[in-house]
Amino acid sequence: MPTVYVNDKPVEIGTQKLNCVQAAELAGQFVPHYCWHEALSVVASCRMCLVEVGDVNPKDGVLTMQPKVVPGCQTPVRDGTTIVTGDYEKRDASVPARPYDANYLKVGPPGTRAKKAQADTLEGLLINHPLDCPVCDKAGECKLQDFSFKYGRSESRMVDVKNTPANKPGLSSKITLFTDRCIMCTRCVRFTREISGTAELMVNGRGHHEEIDTFPGRPLENKLAGNVVDLCPVGALGSKDFLYKQRVWYLKESSGVCSGCSTGCSIHVDSNKDIVYRLRARTNPEAQGHFICDEGRYGYHFANSTERLQRPMAKADGALKPAPWNVVTPQLKQAFAKAATDNAKSVIGVLSPFLTVEEAFLFATYFKGLSADVRLVLGPVPVVGQDDKYPKDVKGNAVEPTKFVIRAEKCPNRRGVEAILKHFQGSVIPLASATTGITAAWFAGGYPDKAAVDVAGWKSPALLVVQDIFATPLSADATFVLPATTSFEKDGTYVNHAGLAQTFVRSVKPPTEIRTELQLAFDMLGRKGLVQAAAIRAELAKAVPFFAGLAAKELPTNGVRFELPTV
Amino acid sequence: MPIPESDVTWVAEARLGFWEQLYIPSMLDGLKTTIGHIFSPQVKTEQYPEQEPKMPANYRGVHRLNRDHDNRVKCVACYMCATACPAHCIDIVAAPAPTEWKDREKYPETFVIDELRCIYCGMCEEACPVDAIELTTLYDLTGLSREEMIFDKEKLLSVFDQTTKAGTDPVRTRAGRLGAASDAPPGT
Repeated sequence: MPTVYVNDKPVEIGTQKLNCVQAAELAGQFVPHYCWHEALSVVASCRMCLVEVGDVNPKDGVLTMQPKVVPGCQTPVRDGTTIVTGDYEKRDASVPARPYDANYLKVGPPGTRAKKAQADTLEGLLINHPLDCPVCDKAGECKLQDFSFKYGRSESRMVDVKNTPANKPGLSSKITLFTDRCIMCTRCVRFTREISGTAELMVNGRGHHEEIDTFPGRPLENKLAGNVVDLCPVGALGSKDFLYKQRVWYLKESSGVCSGCSTGCSIHVDSNKDIVYRLRARTNPEAQGHFICDEGRYGYHFANSTERLQRPMAKADGALKPAPWNVVTPQLKQAFAKAATDNAKSVIGVLSPFLTVEEAFLFATYFKGLSADVRLVLGPVPVVGQDDKYPKDVKGNAVEPTKFVIRAEKCPNRRGVEAILKHFQGSVIPLASATTGITAAWFAGGYPDKAAVDVAGWKSPALLVVQDIFATPLSADATFVLPATTSFEKDGTYVNHAGLAQTFVRSVKPPTEIRTELQLAFDMLGRKGLVQAAAIRAELAKAVPFFAGLAAKELPTNGVRFELPTV
Repeated sequence: MPIPESDVTWVAEARLGFWEQLYIPSMLDGLKTTIGHIFSPQVKTEQYPEQEPKMPANYRGVHRLNRDHDNRVKCVACYMCATACPAHCIDIVAAPAPTEWKDREKYPETFVIDELRCIYCGMCEEACPVDAIELTTLYDLTGLSREEMIFDKEKLLSVFDQTTKAGTDPVRTRAGRLGAASDAPPGT
């Protein structure tokens, strides 16, 4: 097996094509870098990943180290490659040292060159970088801050005036550029050229006067533009949506799954005091890769909306009036038990594709428990336009190979809910075929977008329970209106378009009087005790063979892929 | 982390002699000081509140928000004070600065200190990179309700006006300038 030595530690790389940064990572050694990104092309311009590299001569087996430092991101490794990073002195001393040649050791112990090169690089980057960390939104998660602290010098020898180019708030409607903070890693430029393909960004000027800019009259407006803020290692590109809202060290990060479309992107949900402030992409090669779209990124505001349904309501004297849960739940139980005894065939339970599989499972168990004749129906599935594929060319046509897809199906869990429906009644009944002859209906699960609740041809029955995030025309007809939770407010599992099941955890508490769908279904089933999504998940894995893969206590962070039955 | 034995120094309690075990000499010694004060001409009782004491300049009383040379609030809403505050009594809402403020990008839309929650430790003052928040020598803070004791930006700025006008608390640090975080590099 090809073996690479990182700070003397041997690591087998197999058949992978790796550069020094990746090989070092395999060996558990972090090499700092700014411009290099796994998903983007290599430019080796930031010079932060400088390492000392040597190779074994295949003829005589002698290790010769190169006399200068080389950028690790641009240097591929092969069998016998020896990498020495600036952190050599912190290596595991129990591993025998490589046979370094005397010429190489003349400068000092291994790692001397790389360490000095990193400190020099940081001093160079800080020549023009303003030290306005207290007012910079990136402070706390800034790579320049972190690396300066870890690898840099504590003092600057700079005596001249710093360049202070003007800020560019007009770069995009969603993004602002603090030009003076930029360290010219060009990640953003490469992103717009390689991933979105829209190529709005460019480097203007030369040398110390280089600036990121857009072409005249063509601002940075594409559906993936928000990713450049995540990519920016310093505080140069800022999201206007998040600008000055919170300092990052106040934010609590949790792993979520985007509910915007059926791609089911892995996301970081950043919240503070039960308010979601920011969504960021979480790298997951199984789901979407490194990026997320702007629709998902900025699509969390509905959760903080004041227009949300805040408490359960029951119709009395023709008007909806607030009613506490302890009154509503027994009423609902009684009403549905009666409707199922009278005519079970005319009772339907509508399961929204925004429900998690655990919730759908409990609701299905409840409805089928009333009577086997109660029909389970898949709720409206919002579809907007066509799948939007990236990268695009100048004319806006998708180019192969596709690197990112924003799906037309704007719900996260249609396949998961369908799998539940198929398990309970063998087929999926769409809402359109179950609109007549209904005496009782329950719409479970809410829609973030009011317009998505499309129930054309629907005639409201005498007993109608509507659970939703916002009031809709449908909820105006309802006998009972129940508030629903957003995906940030519950634990659960979504199954994406490709059958990837991803679990996510609660990031924020729902508003005081809102109960999660899981809790509600639990109460309707008359179960006692604490509702735990993980326990329901284990129960689901046992009951539904299709979901047997969810039985493990700790699911991999990238999710579990299922072979889905074609529906 | 456990402390290594080599770093520990054991100190034995001093053994008391016969006279010390009696305690009477020590008591007499203490009484001498007490009685001495009755007749001492140096010790004076301060006639508070008729006579107000002058506090030392480093006394930690009510906060104020300093103004800069253009009479704007000096604070740049960096949240360093709120982060440093052990009592969590500072609440700031930041916003982009008005466009005519050329020297900064961010300013506090609201700045609220709960003076009842505050423990007057002075960490906010130490944390501030632009010397915007200072503790004054105002020590007699009273109020009739809890709401009254929650100081907003205007109130804190008025403390600045009041204390600088009265001359009790001149601006101690780098008057008017934004401070180290926004300084031009040396030599300019």
